[in-house]
Amino acid sequence: MKFLDYIWLIPLFPLFGAAVMLFLGRFFDPQPASDVAVALGVEDIHDEHDHGHGHSHPHEHDSDQHHHSHTHDKAHARVTGHEHSPHEHSRGMRGLVSLLCPGMVLLSFIFSAGAVAELSNLPQRLHEIRQFTWLAGLPFHTADGRLATFAADWGFLLDPLSAVMILVVTGIGFLIHVYSVGYMAHDNGYYRFFGYLNLFVFFMLMLVLANNYALLFVGWEGVGLCSYLLIGFYLHKKSAADAGKKAFVVNRVGDAGFILGMLLMFSVLGTVRFVDVNQLLRSGQFHAETAAWGVLSTMALLLFIGATGKSAQIPLYVWLPDAMEGPTPVSALIHAATMVTAGVYMVARSSALYQLTPHTSTIVAAVGAFTAILAATIALVQNDIKRVLAYSTVSQLGYMFLALGVGAYWVAVFHLFTHAFFKALLFLGSGSVIHALGGEQDMRHMGAVKNKIPVTHWSMLVASIAIAGIPGLAGFFSKDEILWQAYSSPQGSNVLWAVGLVTAGLTAFYMFRLMNLTFYGKSRVPPEVEAHIHESPLTMTLPLSILAVGSVLAGWIRVPKVWPLPEDFQLLERWLQPAFDSAAAEAVHEGAHNADVEWILMAISVAVALIGISIARYFYHNRPEIPDSLEARLKPLHGVLLNKWYVDETYDFLFVNGFAKGGGRLFGAFDRNIVDGGVNGAGWITRLSSNISIWWDTWIVDGAVRLSSLLVKISSYPVRIVQTGRVQAYALFVVVGALAFFGYYMIRR
Amino acid sequence: MDQHLLSIVVFTPLAGFVILLLIPGSQKGLIKLWANLTAFAGFLVSLPLVTRFDRQAGGFQMVERADWIPTLGAKYLIGIDGISLLLVMLTTVIGFLAILSSWNAIEDRVKEYYAMFLIMQTAMIGVFVSLDFFLFYVFWELVLVPMYFIIGVWGGPRKLYAAIKFFLYTLAGSVLMLLGILTLYFRYHTQFGTYTFEIADLMKIDMPLGMQQWVFWAFFLGFAIKVPMFPFHTWLPDAHVEAPTAGSVILASVLLKMGTYGFIRFSLPLVPKASVDIKIVQILAVLSIIGIIYGALVSLMQQDWKKLVAYSSVSHLGFCTLGIFALNPNGIAGSVIQQINHGISTGMLFLIIGVVYERRHTREIAEYGGLAHVMPKYAVVFAIAMLSSAGLPLLNGFVGEFTILQGAFERSWVWAAFAVMGVILGAAYLLWLYQRTMLGQITNARNLHLPDLTPREFAVFVPLIIWAIWIGVYPKPYFEILEKPVQQLVERIRPDYYQGAVKAQAGVRGRPLSSSQADGDRARAITVHAGAAQ
Repeated sequence: MKFLDYIWLIPLFPLFGAAVMLFLGRFFDPQPASDVAVALGVEDIHDEHDHGHGHSHPHEHDSDQHHHSHTHDKAHARVTGHEHSPHEHSRGMRGLVSLLCPGMVLLSFIFSAGAVAELSNLPQRLHEIRQFTWLAGLPFHTADGRLATFAADWGFLLDPLSAVMILVVTGIGFLIHVYSVGYMAHDNGYYRFFGYLNLFVFFMLMLVLANNYALLFVGWEGVGLCSYLLIGFYLHKKSAADAGKKAFVVNRVGDAGFILGMLLMFSVLGTVRFVDVNQLLRSGQFHAETAAWGVLSTMALLLFIGATGKSAQIPLYVWLPDAMEGPTPVSALIHAATMVTAGVYMVARSSALYQLTPHTSTIVAAVGAFTAILAATIALVQNDIKRVLAYSTVSQLGYMFLALGVGAYWVAVFHLFTHAFFKALLFLGSGSVIHALGGEQDMRHMGAVKNKIPVTHWSMLVASIAIAGIPGLAGFFSKDEILWQAYSSPQGSNVLWAVGLVTAGLTAFYMFRLMNLTFYGKSRVPPEVEAHIHESPLTMTLPLSILAVGSVLAGWIRVPKVWPLPEDFQLLERWLQPAFDSAAAEAVHEGAHNADVEWILMAISVAVALIGISIARYFYHNRPEIPDSLEARLKPLHGVLLNKWYVDETYDFLFVNGFAKGGGRLFGAFDRNIVDGGVNGAGWITRLSSNISIWWDTWIVDGAVRLSSLLVKISSYPVRIVQTGRVQAYALFVVVGALAFFGYYMIRR
Repeated sequence: MDQHLLSIVVFTPLAGFVILLLIPGSQKGLIKLWANLTAFAGFLVSLPLVTRFDRQAGGFQMVERADWIPTLGAKYLIGIDGISLLLVMLTTVIGFLAILSSWNAIEDRVKEYYAMFLIMQTAMIGVFVSLDFFLFYVFWELVLVPMYFIIGVWGGPRKLYAAIKFFLYTLAGSVLMLLGILTLYFRYHTQFGTYTFEIADLMKIDMPLGMQQWVFWAFFLGFAIKVPMFPFHTWLPDAHVEAPTAGSVILASVLLKMGTYGFIRFSLPLVPKASVDIKIVQILAVLSIIGIIYGALVSLMQQDWKKLVAYSSVSHLGFCTLGIFALNPNGIAGSVIQQINHGISTGMLFLIIGVVYERRHTREIAEYGGLAHVMPKYAVVFAIAMLSSAGLPLLNGFVGEFTILQGAFERSWVWAAFAVMGVILGAAYLLWLYQRTMLGQITNARNLHLPDLTPREFAVFVPLIIWAIWIGVYPKPYFEILEKPVQQLVERIRPDYYQGAVKAQAGVRGRPLSSSQADGDRARAITVHAGAAQ
């Protein structure tokens, strides 16, 4: 029981790596004294370049701009990296970074593997560690008037579900770290990149190991932060910063739903600890809300809104394609294999809740199916190799939600598992192509490079076959099981199955469009680039090869039930059973298991995949003029697809410019003119009344005073005339007065 | 000595001020040194408050009582409970850091500048520890004077306008509050025949609801202007924009909390019937929610860095008042924690503006851009401050926001649903600000050679960052400190809360979404109950 008691260490290894990098990284890998000059230089080139290419494809100016600026920034960064290299001499220290960060993830992987091995020996296959009370809130009233405590542990839960997740995160995470050593070798900010990447692994492990929703939310927001940091890794690119911000804010919209879902859960159940929540929900105290929409359905829906943000589902998928601004290993790790599956994990983790809420489950399935097909249609026409893969990821995540929605939780996890291999491989492979072509991402400038980068080509071919759903490779097993569940599950339907099937055909088509445009046919690579095409270093090709092996084998842990193979090939389903407590549901379902139908459906889906591959081969290899003429003939449709159904524009109009900026401007004006106007108005009125008072005071009140003084003054005037102060005059007055009195006296006599 | 600990904490800055007066004005270095030492001493002497504070005990601790003006019944009566303890600690920490941050920023009238800060420090701590309304009012008004001079003397181009607006606006509110205080004062005399300003005594007054409502609104004006709540907030952006950095830090981190503290300490316990009155609660909640969303939206479109942060304060303080008027333990405790959080994160944001303002003397966001290239350390510190303010888990903001949201949700899911929009918009305006100032190319040649943080500047941020992480990772001690006082407060306004009564909802598991209605009934029932108790 050694490893099991140390599962709390699993996330801390990468946290340590991140802390060392972010605090001390500068000493290991000194940056150019100032890359400002570089930044300014880049800007010039950037402008020039936008003009050059902007004109040739005016209708997709936006995406082109993003992409070309990326291309050249990266190319330029490399060049300047060489030119400025004051850190050339410190390569040894850089080696320390390359050793420490992947090493920490490897350590996590070892501890994870050990813990999972020990877990499989536990009878109940559940191990929980509660270290301390993290959120130690106060009492509150639940919806039914009980007194509960608002609290959440700092605790970890290892069960079959989180076991699968930590193995994917640490295993694939380690491979991508190794790959990054080669891919990022010439970039500035090497330590910063690995610091962020390790920080991401920390948060991702927190997310999947947390023993309650609130702590899960810590990882949930944390991976969002790392995604933000890594998308915007190329600091000088505005498009990257925009994309990072968009990702964070769109995710925040989902998070708002998640927060409300958690609060409702507190209110109804009084706890957010997984074990307690599941126990309460399965206790029979709550009934499935089959008849009417109830509080549990709301709770499930709010949590699902959170999942649509993180896992890029309608309506919140728009951030993921833009997230491709980040370096390619980031796209592989965060935006394909791990973080974007967090929503799938969370819904699967809440299976007890979703089992009680068929209405919400239907919404989940519908959203998943619709997202799958919508994203697949967009992927058909994209020219940026990473964008094709991005939409493919959105589409595949849609599959997973489809599975969750029809109650096949373990199947969703199965697809999450296989998808992690082949999609990580596809992204890393595309990174290797981009690396070989000096930063080129536009498939229209590729072609016929398969012999120059053979390892990349072969591994990507394996991954493409895997995702297309050809039997024997990983994608087939999981995708076919989803289609079968969509068809046969009590919550499934023919429509869901048909949408899934069409999506499978589209998937096969766009993947082989990508393969043909990139590797086969005629070369469209500019000659000056062509001369320098080279296979990537071993640090990059080795992970590719390992993932290619995984893309073949990962599916064999659960082959279709109708295949005549021993029980051991059902490993995954039996492993995950305790996590979903699905045995009972499965038993009911099993009765309806019709082997003939399953064989037929399987054949149909394989046929559809083959058709998709063939059409792609025919269009983009044999007759490359066909797509062009089709494009010309179906101009409006092509335009709509190329512009991603104008969803971004609509959101920009409604929410960004409408609600946020418009509201901000409106309220800003309101604040200045009305609210503050009121205050200043009060001031003005005060001043006005003060002025009136002054006038009144000066002219009326003081006027009366001064008037009286004036009257006194006037009345005193005659007296003042004789008050001269001259003694002679006074003497004269005395004489005159005396004479007057005397005269008067004389006369009266 | 021991029994006067609290008085020492209150008057250490003032003692430092008296000695500061003896230093000749030409000795600028000495003045700075002395002011910093005093402020640091003020922080050190406040530390024993934490260690001696008994978390288990209810009521006020470290109480000091002396007659002051016996004819009026005014006393020198101070003491702390968990709520005031946290705010006092916030004041001593932020006060010291604000003074430390001024070292190079202020070269003009240095002596007067630090004198003002030291006076203000005493006044602010006094506000948080006063248990006598008269004493409280003296401190409350005393705070205005130094801040008026700080804005008016060391402020920006429109400093006089801003200073006068700040002074008059808040004074107008305070005067109305004084009327409320006097109402209680004379009412107490009518009922008991003696005059007193002691809070504990005034709580014994038996007042009809109608009169309580009048008193509530009188207090409300005083406190709401200070917080500031929408629509009384417009003095804040002007005051912030014009104030020197340290002034803005103190203003945002501590001064605004006097308003929220007033609601918690005075409005709720002194006029409990009015405070749970459903109309009043609804009005306060609506104003808070408007503040949250409106503040965030207005913040989004600001062109002035400081104004942006000022409006974000309106949004954050909206959360604090919403939590208070959720009238339940988590709402109130979350509110207090969020007040501390806002002090930390917004304090940092203003300090961050101060750093570049010292270098460039402009706050126009458009003047900046790409600073991360030349100021990497600064970029990291700013990022942490931004994330702390945006409520990222494992940093402080999340704990406060989430707890407040829980309290609000318990009251009414509608409140929480609106308030949570503030969380989305908070990320939007902060990330956009960060992008416009820190990321992208350096487009302005004057920014090309800006020096990064100096060790002294960096030192100001370190304690705040550590504090932010502490609250985010291990908030338990804060909840423990708040548990008792919050319980006493809630029991005062909703006497049966801790019995977990309310059986009215027994059968509605299927539809607690109508709980806002039920909550209204609950509040009304409590009002009736409180009335019956008297």
